[in-house]
Amino acid sequence: MSSAPPAAAPATADPWADEPLVIAGVPLRSRLLVGTGKYRDPVTMVRALEASGAEVVTVAVRRVDLERRDDTILAHLDPRRFRLLPNTAGATTAAEAIRYARLARAAGLSDWIKLEVIGDPETLLPDVAATLEAARQLVAEGFVVLAYTNDDLVTALRLEDIGCAAVMPLASPIGSGLGLLNPFTIRAIKRRLSVPVIVDAGVGTASDAALTMEQGVDGVLMNTALAEAKDSVRMARAMRLAVEAGRLAYLAGRMPRREIAVPSSPTWGLLDSP
Amino acid sequence: MPTATTIPVRLNGEPRQVPAGLSVADLLTHLGLEPRLVVVERNGEVLRREAYSFTPVQPDDVLELVHFVGGG
Repeated sequence: MSSAPPAAAPATADPWADEPLVIAGVPLRSRLLVGTGKYRDPVTMVRALEASGAEVVTVAVRRVDLERRDDTILAHLDPRRFRLLPNTAGATTAAEAIRYARLARAAGLSDWIKLEVIGDPETLLPDVAATLEAARQLVAEGFVVLAYTNDDLVTALRLEDIGCAAVMPLASPIGSGLGLLNPFTIRAIKRRLSVPVIVDAGVGTASDAALTMEQGVDGVLMNTALAEAKDSVRMARAMRLAVEAGRLAYLAGRMPRREIAVPSSPTWGLLDSP
Repeated sequence: MPTATTIPVRLNGEPRQVPAGLSVADLLTHLGLEPRLVVVERNGEVLRREAYSFTPVQPDDVLELVHFVGGG
């Protein structure tokens, strides 16, 4: 009796293939999401975005400067190549955030919105009550809401209940580069939520990104770490590798921590002491 | 100086005289802006882009013209 030969694996199969990050039913090829602010020039920005491998890039909504005729970022970014995620940056109330979101959607490129309502100008920490209020309204209006928030489990649970497509707790304050301050709260949020958890803000360098991904979160969003690096393009590449490394390490499962040493070489077959 | 052929509006927070009889699309062109890249809020309501060509700019309109810029 002959049996059919096993189907050959496709030649292009990636042995390290991971499940895609899926937001609102959209599979994304990268778990790194990046901002477009504060780069020294647009050419550097585009090269950094390309080096990062990111598919989702955030943009802000601002008044056109009628005197300077400054470029819109769309002069440099191809919206067919990158998925634009407009933010509500600048909003300090729910009403302002809703206004920014409606303006962003009217541009006709996306109904995704990164909801961010700042509650304190010094620390730029989010106003959680206003974020919840705005999220409720925007979800009701059909937006796909990715909500920036504190690393607070209860707020994250409420944002998920409201219908946010992703919850984005901070690693540390926006633009601080302090890295992941509380891995415990981030793990708690990831463990309890069903929607994607994307850590947004505070990552400073590649090890921060890897450590964040090692907590098991679905992705990382960053801007300043790339824009303010001496070499933004090289740092973007580093972040891409770090996010992949951290993700792989999480999936691989780390060894247990021990407070005693355990030798790696055999303890038998040792030579006699002279 | 304002004349009979201009009307006062508030444009991105600033008082401004613009020619009378323009549509929103005309105004954007008058300002040297590409309508495809600009979102307009008129008196607190976001305008659909299809409405630019038939929405008149009227005296004392409060207009906000916004676009996407780099951000995080």
